[in-house]
Amino acid sequence: MPQTRALALASQRIGAMVLRYVYLLRSSWSRLLELIYWPAMQLFVWGFLQFYVSQNSGFFARASGVFIAAVLMWDVLFRGQLGFSVSFLEEMWSRNLSNLLISPLRPIEFVCALMIMSLIRLAIGMVPVTLLAIAFFGFNLYGLGIALAAFFANLILTSWAVGMFVAGVLLRNGMGAESLAWTLMFLIMPLTCVYYPVNVLPDWLQVIAWILPPTYVFEGMRALIMEQVFRADLMAEALVLNAVYFAAAVLAFFALLDSARRAGSLLQTGE
Amino acid sequence: MRPAVSVDQLIKVYKSTRAVDGISFALEPGSITGLLGGNGAGKTTTIAMILGLVLPTSGTIEVLGAEMPRQRYRVLHKVNFESPYMDMPHRLTVQQNLNVFGRLYAVNHLPERIASLAAELDLLDLLDRPVGKLSAGQKTRVALAKALINAPEVLLLDEPTASLDPDTADWVRTRLEQFRKRRGATLLLASHNMVEVERLCERVIIMKSGRIEDDDTPGRLLVRYGRDTLEQVFLDVARGRGHTREAAQ
Repeated sequence: MPQTRALALASQRIGAMVLRYVYLLRSSWSRLLELIYWPAMQLFVWGFLQFYVSQNSGFFARASGVFIAAVLMWDVLFRGQLGFSVSFLEEMWSRNLSNLLISPLRPIEFVCALMIMSLIRLAIGMVPVTLLAIAFFGFNLYGLGIALAAFFANLILTSWAVGMFVAGVLLRNGMGAESLAWTLMFLIMPLTCVYYPVNVLPDWLQVIAWILPPTYVFEGMRALIMEQVFRADLMAEALVLNAVYFAAAVLAFFALLDSARRAGSLLQTGE
Repeated sequence: MRPAVSVDQLIKVYKSTRAVDGISFALEPGSITGLLGGNGAGKTTTIAMILGLVLPTSGTIEVLGAEMPRQRYRVLHKVNFESPYMDMPHRLTVQQNLNVFGRLYAVNHLPERIASLAAELDLLDLLDRPVGKLSAGQKTRVALAKALINAPEVLLLDEPTASLDPDTADWVRTRLEQFRKRRGATLLLASHNMVEVERLCERVIIMKSGRIEDDDTPGRLLVRYGRDTLEQVFLDVARGRGHTREAAQ
């Protein structure tokens, strides 16, 4: 019984944090619009580019939809991490972090709330954009079926792992590290081979590319769209790597939080 | 009776700076204690260690029988804190903020609790306004409502009336006194404001350079230092004249 009560209280605290972010989104049209604006812009740029090259190249005509699928998948990865990191940053921008850390909210519950918010923000941004992809380019992401679930699960796990690591660094180093939240994912973008196959990279870079879970997802996505083959092996390998990265991110987050408590950084979360 | 808060040989070293240097004290349940000291005396670090925001280098802290920070989740729902240096989300209304914090502290009958706090702290007309649009005095009242949302057994305050006009500051002090009497709560108040400490506190701990320089009731401090006000006592301690004067007497 005490365990059931503890679980109910933990759920209530996670719910309270989700409610806090929903209140914030509801209060700000600009925040809501921003969730859709950038994914939509990306979709149109890459969608029309694909439309153009497919008229002039047999290969691209055969690979119809591969760029659009890539840009949508990339946005799941990038916006998933941003959804996590921006919700965390909202606490630092509003100087509310200390209020939360002295409350009964446990860090793991805070992280759970941030993961839920990442999903909510992603849904608000991406669902309309996937519908635009159908309307403008005749590309139905949902047509990927069960494979889409595997792609999504692997990408969102990576995005949360990166988000957690960034949150830990922000706790330890304050707002001076804010730019990490916006740029870290772009550091791995060329290596995850979003728009091109892994074999175009030099051999030594391919080794690095294959230790990043999103690389498996983008390779799997191209195999499905261009060869109509679902590579379950790639998804399983990505899942194993994600489990390792996710566990490492949880450990890093708690170690950095502990280090912040030791250094007194939580008293001064500004620059 | 077991102290509500006890601190024993507490030390905090930041790199080469000893922010808190071996302090010990215990707070009786239901008491109001003032933590006096100049800038950099170690007041905020002490409070942050009691709350578990900062880890001590050595020493022990117990709050309501729980060893901090190891057992903090056993008691954090019975503790709260207010400081003008912490904010609440600006875009959220007062009602939304109190709703979120009430849920975090698992407050029973939350709507009724918010209504009663709003009436008590004169917030009824502000409930639907975003916190960012309030004046400094109004924000302090909201912060106080947040600090009282769980009717804490231990309430820590860091300069609760800083930047408030004398009338609003007096109003806040009256509410704190009322809360302490009604709830039987233990209050620890860090402040530079001698009038505030003299009015509210039955005990004063004076800190300087991370150490406790003196610890007594306001009345006894005035007698021992031969002064008329706590401000004079504070200046004596800050300028190192305390021990000389006592020795002379």
